[in-house]
Amino acid sequence: MAGGKEIRNKIKSVQNTRKITRAMEMVAASKMRKAQARMKAARPYGEKIRNVTAHLAQALQDYAHPFLTKRAQVKRAGIIVVTTDKGLCGGLNTNVLRTSLNQMKAWQQAGIEVDVTAIGNKGFGFMQRSGARVVSHVTQLGDTPHLDKLIGPVKVMLDAYMAGQIDELHIVYTRFINTMKQEPVMEQLLPVPADSMKPVSDHPFEYIYEPAPEVVIDDLLIRYIEALVYQAVAENIASEQSARMVAMKAASDNAGTVIDELKLVYNKTRQAAITKELSEIVAGAAAV
Amino acid sequence: MTMHVDVVSAEEQIYSGTAEFLAAPGEMGEIGVLPRHAPLLTRIKAGALRIKVANSNEEEVLVYVSGGILEVQPHVVTVLADTAIRGHDLDEAKALEAKKLAEEALANRSGSIDYASAQAELAQAVAQLAAIKKLRNRA
Repeated sequence: MAGGKEIRNKIKSVQNTRKITRAMEMVAASKMRKAQARMKAARPYGEKIRNVTAHLAQALQDYAHPFLTKRAQVKRAGIIVVTTDKGLCGGLNTNVLRTSLNQMKAWQQAGIEVDVTAIGNKGFGFMQRSGARVVSHVTQLGDTPHLDKLIGPVKVMLDAYMAGQIDELHIVYTRFINTMKQEPVMEQLLPVPADSMKPVSDHPFEYIYEPAPEVVIDDLLIRYIEALVYQAVAENIASEQSARMVAMKAASDNAGTVIDELKLVYNKTRQAAITKELSEIVAGAAAV
Repeated sequence: MTMHVDVVSAEEQIYSGTAEFLAAPGEMGEIGVLPRHAPLLTRIKAGALRIKVANSNEEEVLVYVSGGILEVQPHVVTVLADTAIRGHDLDEAKALEAKKLAEEALANRSGSIDYASAQAELAQAVAQLAAIKKLRNRA
């Protein structure tokens, strides 16, 4: 029974694979809950900053910060691509990269050059391989991202914007909708879209500024952009974990079906072997 | 009379509650805020916020922040705390480091984007996913 042993080995190996995918599924499920909590915790900051900035932008009509003014001509655009560090999470990174690539191609056709900031290993590797101009990157953010690590790479883009090297800045990431659904989205960071800067209250009032309004608004706007990037990274991690959970669940289910099929084949060959042996004995007895 | 105090950072909510009094290390000197303070917006330095919690005999709550922005409205005080120690030079150093890393990675490559091969790579990944889906539906 040469076939039997091989099939048994094969079943064993698939069972081992299933063990791993099951474990990964459970790890992803627990990480997902934490990532979701972190994503929600990051929201109040962004909202608060947006409110204050909107108010400031309204109050300081005569101080036009470059972040808030649209440029007449776009010669070069910046794009921040947020991907994961690790794979095995379904089509998550592929979708984000496809969205970015389509946009980059559209820009190229319109004669706009592109600078890329890559967050996450997958996007960085892909952009490097495809030959995009990666001006800054950050990888190995881990499960708990820290703003600290994002400041540098984002500042490279903000500086380029301030210096007039790029005229627009966009971000592409995976938005977390629910456990089963995540979608790649592209948002404009700079210049700050006018509709996101709507005044929050209709009571006109003026702040006392210390030291000066321009200084405060400069600081606020930089933090606003950083908060948006951080929020995107947090959402991306929540998406990553839930996508991985779903992908690993599918893999475990698939392993189950494969095992069932193999078991059927194994039993069939076993029975065939027994039948063969019996008929040989009977034939042998008849011959005697 | 009380006011609502929120201390938030980009990563988490640090403190939220009602208070009778708050003292913060403002950039131009220590700032004390009582309810119905005039609207104020200022940068704060690294240090401790002292919050006197409303309706309690407890001592003041101390919350450490590494700088940020303080927004005061008559009944709401918001501290937008920085999670990292910030400073123009520090930020600059981080940006320079990021630039250096990118330049190193860029050093041994050609300049133009090879869309064809990039798209081929993505198409391959998409095809793999489609195949997995098909396999799964059949099972």
